[in-house]
Amino acid sequence: MLPDDRADVFYSKYSGGGMDITGYSALVRKKVTENFAIEANYFVDKVSGASVDVLSQASVIKDTRKQKTVSVEYLHDKTTYNASFIQSVERDYISNTAHISLSQDMFGDLTTVTLGFSRTRDKVGENNGTANVPIVNWLGHADTRNYDVGISQILTKNLIAGINFEVVTDSGFLANPYRSVRFLDAQTPKGYGLASQVYPDTRTSTAVQTQMKYYLPYRAAVTGSYRFFRDTWGIIGHTVELDYTHPIGKEWILEGRARYYRQNSATFYSDLFAIAGQQNFEARDQNLASQNNTTIGVKATWAFRPDGWLFFKRMTLTGDIERIRFSYSNFRDIRDFGVPQYTPGSEPLYEFSATVYQIFMSAFF
Amino acid sequence: MRSLTRVLPLSALLLLGACSIQPWVKPYERDRLADPIMAWDRDAVSAAYLDHIRESREGSRGATGGAGGGCGCN
Repeated sequence: MLPDDRADVFYSKYSGGGMDITGYSALVRKKVTENFAIEANYFVDKVSGASVDVLSQASVIKDTRKQKTVSVEYLHDKTTYNASFIQSVERDYISNTAHISLSQDMFGDLTTVTLGFSRTRDKVGENNGTANVPIVNWLGHADTRNYDVGISQILTKNLIAGINFEVVTDSGFLANPYRSVRFLDAQTPKGYGLASQVYPDTRTSTAVQTQMKYYLPYRAAVTGSYRFFRDTWGIIGHTVELDYTHPIGKEWILEGRARYYRQNSATFYSDLFAIAGQQNFEARDQNLASQNNTTIGVKATWAFRPDGWLFFKRMTLTGDIERIRFSYSNFRDIRDFGVPQYTPGSEPLYEFSATVYQIFMSAFF
Repeated sequence: MRSLTRVLPLSALLLLGACSIQPWVKPYERDRLADPIMAWDRDAVSAAYLDHIRESREGSRGATGGAGGGCGCN
């Protein structure tokens, strides 16, 4: 059977590291027949501020991103086919993605195998004007292909396991145009100069995630997952997450989660190069730096209409808050710290905290 | 010898295919697995949003089960 029809309205806010991002979303999913469903989602991000390395040489950015997604799903016997189209538009970045997947139940419905493929074409630009009067210079394109395989397996009447494997390949303009590298230069007041990043024009990554979910002796569930990532840029990342789900009666579901992530830096990354043009590829993007982050989150879902209302089977209200602490081991805060107290390369290592809020209402019909 | 190394694995696969695997968890034993708390993702929009936040700030990507689009997220 296909999932229930539903409608969701969603509000989110990310606040931290100099950035405030407010998001709004609406989603509707409807079965046209018992075997065919359509889903549409509209998401708007409003960004105010910018991350620290962008602020090091740019003014505050204000931008709006609008994302539209349309999906169709078809169930035939034990096979589910899915096709989606996603378009994301900002004034300096346009992205179009087509995705197809197939899920097959087998071995007495104990096993579900999913195969997926996505193709994305991005147009990358740089705003050389201001937040209120933008002047966009289009720099190039980026092409991405995702190949993924997933297996979900019922192991016992209380235990399920899953494994997902995904390969992503990119080519084209892959750098963030608002970030720069820095190099030692005694001729400048700050002791360093800035230059454009130079990225490879290809990237291939592999990720594998394993997860298990266990139904405890009382009505509750615990989930553990681990993801391993590596790519051709030299980054290796590890993600561990633990979740606990505890329902209370038929109206409340409470959840808690803890997540830890760490990675090393890309091979062509440096916080401070010795000279300009030191190597062929150079980056100072904080996303490519050695870092770790820790997340603690809580979520509460209240079924304020557990038995339905009018033509709705069930209605719920959900609130979710998480706190993330980011810490970098080779990316320094050059925005607030510099000469004469801090010579280039001795500034404090960057760290910051962010809070993410979500609140959404879901109606099932 | 070389043909034997090709034939043996193929034969093993054929034999496995000829066996029908009986489900060791019977349908009437799956009531707990059908509980909404045992779903991998109960709220797809929320899960996709959190994935997006993490991919915008970390070097890792993929294998989380979602299909996202690109963005120029700074």
